[in-house]
Amino acid sequence: MSTEWPLYEVFIRGQHGLSHRHVGSLHATDAEHAIQNARDVYTRRKEGVSIWVVPAADITASSPDDKGPLYDPADDKVYRHPTFFDIPDDVGAM
Amino acid sequence: MYAQMIKSEASQDDPEKLTAFQARIDAGDKIEPKDWMPSGYRKTLIRQIGQHAHSEIVGQLPEGNWITRAPTLERKAILLAKVQDEAGHGLYLYCAAETLGVSRDELTEMLLDGRMKYSSIFNYPTLTWADMGAVGWLVDGAAIMNQVPLQRTSYGPYARAMVRICKEESFHQRQGFDIMMKMADGTDAQKRMAQDALDRFWYPSLMMFGPSDAESVHSEQSMAWKIKMNSNDELRQKFVDQTVPQAEYLGLTVPDENLKWNEDKGGYDFSQPDWSEFFEVLKGNGPCSTERIEARQKAWDDGAWVREARMAHAAKKRSAKVAAE
Repeated sequence: MSTEWPLYEVFIRGQHGLSHRHVGSLHATDAEHAIQNARDVYTRRKEGVSIWVVPAADITASSPDDKGPLYDPADDKVYRHPTFFDIPDDVGAM
Repeated sequence: MYAQMIKSEASQDDPEKLTAFQARIDAGDKIEPKDWMPSGYRKTLIRQIGQHAHSEIVGQLPEGNWITRAPTLERKAILLAKVQDEAGHGLYLYCAAETLGVSRDELTEMLLDGRMKYSSIFNYPTLTWADMGAVGWLVDGAAIMNQVPLQRTSYGPYARAMVRICKEESFHQRQGFDIMMKMADGTDAQKRMAQDALDRFWYPSLMMFGPSDAESVHSEQSMAWKIKMNSNDELRQKFVDQTVPQAEYLGLTVPDENLKWNEDKGGYDFSQPDWSEFFEVLKGNGPCSTERIEARQKAWDDGAWVREARMAHAAKKRSAKVAAE
């Protein structure tokens, strides 16, 4: 057998106003073919209003090992959340 | 089930890492493709998801058999949609398996050369239109029993594929039951056909859950990893308890003289299927085993030129685009 069709990741916008969301992947020979296949595989019941396909090889992902350096620094910066600040009731809604 | 008798692999990994991994599972964490996982977890999942995917794909054959002979245009359109869904389910699952580092072609080759299995149920023939009803009602019904809990399985891509599948599977079971209602309510000949379909599919459906796994080491490991959520016996009991009243509603008789409501356990007592038949079918000696693999082999061989031509066409389009720039 010759080479396998490349892998594409598929993203679907479920409804107007929402972001595209990753739904899965599929094999296709090029982007146009991937859109056709995505239509058949992922939107048989009107699950979306728009499809994005991206070659899986072009996606750069963060490493699970970097979880600490990436996300731990936020631990001691709770002041970034509005609930950190006590506003007296007298002030009213803020 | 769609995945039967999955052997779990022992892991030769660093004990500390194994403990940390188990702690993540116990805490209800989802494992994602790039996370560290024991080699046994990876291998067992490839086997399980692969077998599940193959079952969806081979499962198209017994039903595809009736598309051209459906009794009405509407039934034909519905059956076509159902069989197309099965292809979709196979594709979601192949994708999930591929995130574990096995390629699509490897999976296909392992199905064709017998290294990987598919569910025993698809080795039985579909002889009449009533079998379309029985397959949807019983086979998809049994599949749902197993797939609903698998939505909570520990491997993220598998769990997400299951969520999509379960949404669609309910249509499959209902369309099957709808066919059975029509047949059971029809002429005497139609009713006999419905009863005959139930007679032939009842025990093979019970086999789908696999033999009793009370003492199986593999089940224990898979359950600890949360890639198997319930024991085979537990699911089989649930299936019988759910299905018997449905058969009564249809006015059909479950082909089991020992079937009896047991007040104490709050479930039915029932006869076990013939497990020697199950092992024979699993070995590839089912009534349609050869035919099924031959059909898949033919599809793979006959499709080779399409796969190659599409690749060549895409390459040509790319080079034309580069030349134009």
